[in-house]
Order: sequence, then C-alpha cells, then structure tokens
Amino acid sequence: MKPAPFEYQAPSSLDAALDLLSDRGGDAKVLAGGQSLIPVMNFRLAEPALLVDINKLAELDFIRRSADGGLEVGALTRQRRVERDPLVAEAAPLLHETIPFIAHPQIRNRGTFGGSLAHADPAAELPAIAVALRARFRLRKAGGDRWVNAADFFGGLFTTSLEPDEILVEVAIPPMPAHTGWSFLEIARRHGDYAQIGVAALVTLDDAGLCREARLVYLSAGDVPIEAREAAGLLAGQEISPEAITAAAEKAAQEIRPFSDLHATADFKRHLARVITGRALRKAVERVNGRTTG
Amino acid sequence: MNESYKVSLTVNGQAYEREVEPRLLLSDFLRHDLGLTGTHVGCEHGVCGACTVLFDGEPVRSCILFAVQADGHAVTTVEALAPGPEQLHPLQQAFWECHGLQCGFCTPGFLMTLVPFLEENPDPSEDEIRHAISGNLCRCTGYQHIVDAVKLAAERRRAPAETEG
Repeated sequence: MKPAPFEYQAPSSLDAALDLLSDRGGDAKVLAGGQSLIPVMNFRLAEPALLVDINKLAELDFIRRSADGGLEVGALTRQRRVERDPLVAEAAPLLHETIPFIAHPQIRNRGTFGGSLAHADPAAELPAIAVALRARFRLRKAGGDRWVNAADFFGGLFTTSLEPDEILVEVAIPPMPAHTGWSFLEIARRHGDYAQIGVAALVTLDDAGLCREARLVYLSAGDVPIEAREAAGLLAGQEISPEAITAAAEKAAQEIRPFSDLHATADFKRHLARVITGRALRKAVERVNGRTTG
Repeated sequence: MNESYKVSLTVNGQAYEREVEPRLLLSDFLRHDLGLTGTHVGCEHGVCGACTVLFDGEPVRSCILFAVQADGHAVTTVEALAPGPEQLHPLQQAFWECHGLQCGFCTPGFLMTLVPFLEENPDPSEDEIRHAISGNLCRCTGYQHIVDAVKLAAERRRAPAETEG
C-alpha cells in the first residue's frame, strides 16, 4: 500500500508544467488534488515515472462570472470552494446542489474541479453534471489552446480526449436558460459512497408551460456519463404530466447502459434509474414553477 | 529515482525541516519521521478516515497526500488537541464520557474531522452530525455513542457555564 518510486516536479508556472509534459508526457501524470490518483498509486495500479504537481499554479484556481452570464471555473479550484461559492449557487444551482454528494468534506477539501473531470470516472458526479450543463473544457498544451464540449471529452472508462501533453485548465459553464428547473439525485448505500445510480435533470418550460427542453444525464450508468436523449425527447413540446414523467422514466431506464457490480445488478440499477428519474423530473418542474411564479 | 526533497512545514505549531522521498505519504511522515503516532493509518486509500489531519485548518486524509506536498503548509494532528498532559480537549472529554470509543483506532480521525465541523456548525442536528462523520469508519461503536458525544460537546460549547461542573 505504498506508491512505487517516482520523480516529482512542482513547477511554479503553467508554461513550465506544459514544457515538462511536452518532454515527458508519455510517462508523466498531472497531480492536482490527488484524491483518486494517489489511492491508485498506493495500490500500484498506476506507477507514473514523473508526477507534475500543479498545486502551485494559483492561476488555475478561480471562479468567475463569464461575459454571457455563465461561469468560468479554474481546473485547480477545490471542490469545497465550488460548494461554498455564492456565485456558483446563483449561476449554476445544479452544480451547487451536486457537490455535497461528492465523497466527504475531507476529500472535497483537496479534490479539484478539473481533476475529477480529467479522471473521468463514470461513477463520479462532476462528469455527468458537466455534460448536463453543456460545459466546455479548455485544454492547453505548449503550442496553444483548444476547447472541447463535455460530451465529446469523455471517451470511455477513465478515458478522455486529453493528449499526454495537455492540461485541462478551465471549464466554461453557459448560463442557465430562463424558466429552467433542476435536480440532482443519487442512490448510495451510505452518503459519500460511489452511487449505484445518479441523475442530473434539467427542465426548461416555455411561456405556455410546455416543455421546451429536458436533459437527463446519468452517472454509474455506463462507461461514460450517459445522456438519455430519447427519454428527454419524449417530453419536448409536452405538458410534463405524471403520465409523461412515467413514460420518460421508463424510456431512460432502457436507454442507460449500466454494468452489474458488487453492489447492484444492471437490472436493479435500471429500476433505480426509473425511480429517481421520476423524482428528479418532478423536483425540476416544481423549481421552474417556483421561479416563474416568483 | 530515490532522490529526496527538502520540505519545510509546521506541525502543531512547530516548524520542521526534513529530507523526504517524494513517494512518502504524509501519514507515514507524521508517524515515522516526526514520531507523531496519534495519526492512525487504516485503509491507505482514502476510505476509512482514520488518518484525518488538518491541512491549513481543513480536514484532509493524510494517506492520500504526499509529505512533499506539505512543503510550506501547516498541519495539525490529534496531538495538538489536549491542552496538556492529564487534560482532554472538550470533544475528547465528551467522547470519553459518552463511550464514543472502544478500541480507539478510529478516534483521532473522528476528532480531527469533528473539531472543525463544530466550529462551523455550533448547533448541529443529528442528521448533520451523521453526515459529517460519514467519511470516518468505526467498527466498534455502531456510531450511536459517537453521535451522543458530538451532541454533548456541542451543547457544552454553546453554553459552557450551564453544563460545567
């Protein structure tokens, strides 16, 4: 339960970190909060030759309002800071509601926003939230930047579109459309454990009270965050009645691709998905109405 | 490969400077290099919470943090809680009175989680207490007496005059 030896560098500028990765990217890992990386190193499931510790890069630790009214979050921002920031609660209430479900305060004090995304654990909350919020990720390497949509970033189990010489530096979250309600729910044996299933729901209503757009994104439901587009599509243009919610929940349970594991069979996860989809949609609709009626 | 790095840090208010291998975990540094064996090592992968210490005042798992990362930071361990020999911190006193421990292995982690929790939540509900300790495992008590101890410590903290003596 001790990590294998490695070389350690803690550059004091992002450029220096990117230079290290461009020279040694293939055998290097970026160390941010380390709350997933160090456990796998303790188990010797990962034995990087070089750790590039980015914790000195204060320039990657920020939360600010973007020009379009959305949010910009630096990759090194601790999850605990995101949890407590009033700007996040106002501009991205779905994200605010979700953070307390991530592990425990001891973990969130170290764990970073970008680290959880780059780790790409399909059982983690933040990747699903990023997809639901249509977040965009800024990836940087020595030559320059590129932006990737959250849905395109996650390629498979612990796999992303990050190249070995790139660092995720910033996440841009667009503003929430008007008349939108949200809900995050997950089922876990104990608070803070990996969820057996979880869902992020967003519902936007039009002036007539019909569904303009719904989004349903699941964690622990496949090898990446799974968006149930068909289920959400059943709601579009409809009144979100109890019958419509039941139909959408049924469709979502078919659309997800969960694996059986020690804690739950795939069938049981589908059952749980059906139940929490209904609850999440009802809560989201309640919140739109809460907003529109003031 | 086994190169060592110099770290300067404060532990329980005292400054230390040591040479460490980068793979040395903070938990092992505290126990083996500094002899502060109050921090217990359970699972070594961030699940059990026994190794919880304060890092710049916030509770963290010392088994999933490298000692080299503590360079320039302040660490607080369970040894800092009691004001002196033969004396207990009020939370330790409450654990003792309520039978909040049996074997005691998990206790330092519970204490280091709960001290900052009570500072932020002086009047926690039972539900909030149970959430706060959800990241610490205890295999003896069934948690009930730990919850009782936190309630007692919180009560005394709010109204020291009423409950003292």
